[in-house]
Amino acid sequence: MNRIAFYLASGCSGCEMSFLDLSERLLDVMDGLEVVWAAPLLMDSKYHDLAELEDRYIDVAFIEGGIKLDEQEEIVRLLRKKSKVLVAFGVCATSGGIPGLSNFHSREEVFETVYRKSVTVDNPDGVYPQTTTLLNGKYELTLPTFYERVVPIDRIVEVDYYVGGCPPHYDHVAKVLEVLKKEPPEKGSWITSGRAVCDVCPRNPVPKGEKIKMMDSVKRVLEIPSDDSCLLEQGFLCFGPASQGDCRAACINVNMSCRGCGGPMPSAGDYGAKVIDFISSLIEKDGVVDEISRAYPSLARLIYAYTLPSALIPGRVRKYHVREVD
Amino acid sequence: MSDEFRPNIIGFACQWCAYQSADLAGTLKYEYPSTIKLIRVPCSGRVDSAFVLEALALGVDGVFVAGCPEAECHYRFGNRIAKIRTAMLRNILPEFGIESARLRFEHVSSSDAVKFVEFAKEFDKQIRKLGPTPLRGDKHE
Repeated sequence: MNRIAFYLASGCSGCEMSFLDLSERLLDVMDGLEVVWAAPLLMDSKYHDLAELEDRYIDVAFIEGGIKLDEQEEIVRLLRKKSKVLVAFGVCATSGGIPGLSNFHSREEVFETVYRKSVTVDNPDGVYPQTTTLLNGKYELTLPTFYERVVPIDRIVEVDYYVGGCPPHYDHVAKVLEVLKKEPPEKGSWITSGRAVCDVCPRNPVPKGEKIKMMDSVKRVLEIPSDDSCLLEQGFLCFGPASQGDCRAACINVNMSCRGCGGPMPSAGDYGAKVIDFISSLIEKDGVVDEISRAYPSLARLIYAYTLPSALIPGRVRKYHVREVD
Repeated sequence: MSDEFRPNIIGFACQWCAYQSADLAGTLKYEYPSTIKLIRVPCSGRVDSAFVLEALALGVDGVFVAGCPEAECHYRFGNRIAKIRTAMLRNILPEFGIESARLRFEHVSSSDAVKFVEFAKEFDKQIRKLGPTPLRGDKHE
């Protein structure tokens, strides 16, 4: 492996920043590597530069972010053709990530909020972006098409390796590069330590020889944990058991419960379903479920915060309000 | 093929109680709606949230999980987990645009065939009232 490429699709460039977070180690890690194409962040590469490359010229292409625009789909397909190995880098590329939460809203709702309703927007004529427009009667300008839903890149092209994290921890980034250089695992697998967040969490009661206690009450994120016991025992909704722990439990070390940005454990399947499974096995009293729904009125947005587009039901299925017959 | 909506309902039934009671209902020649398709599971606690979500994603109109009466689970607390799991799933379904009434948990005893039949009839009626799920490709079977 010596030629690498980066592409930012529907992400925030945070994962590429994670490369730069390696700071002085970056020189050692990037030793012998050449970035042949990177857009739009790290380098000033153009799309036609990529199209002119030979097929399978790039050794490893890192793609960050899911697919929301037809432009992104086109470039991802092109990158697949031009590279030997394609890595879905970060949780947006593997499972949709935070931008994937827009799947709970239709395209019209997103446009209305972004271009009309936001307090900082002044748009009295209700002008919305169009895919084509004619300027001065002769210049045709185009914009990419905005899809109804965000999709993870493995629904568009074949992905060789998955790396979770929002963003991946820089130590993990170094490890990923090392693994790709030395002994790449089987294609289609996640590059991860294979340990859940609980496995690396200092609050886990099991290594101390204790059993996890049942959840008696529910606490919101803004409350302060009382002691060093497990956050789930104290009633915080911590998603550690289902999430990859390549972050070394960074959030829990600062008293914040895990939100699952590491992505689902490779065996977990639908992440939100697994979260519900383990939380329900920690509750004894019926009242706690009502407490959860009161403390977290939009629970689905919380448990699917990073993985909605890869879920079994990847977004809202009805356009307007819900009928209730009960 | 008539235009009348015929629901497609999946029921996950615990082999120790709900499945037994459905069996008993058959032996006693009680009738329950043919829209219900029962899947035998070792314990209602075995029914992962993913099973329920996948059924709904595939276009099933209603899903129910039937387990043993409270404190009578053969595996100590499988039915309690199933009940709480179903309640949590019911809380999140409206955010996906799916009515929470499409999912139900019910305690059924193995000897109570009448209760199972009544529950099955009532659930079928409720799903008929709700109409086809928005995830269903073909609106009419």
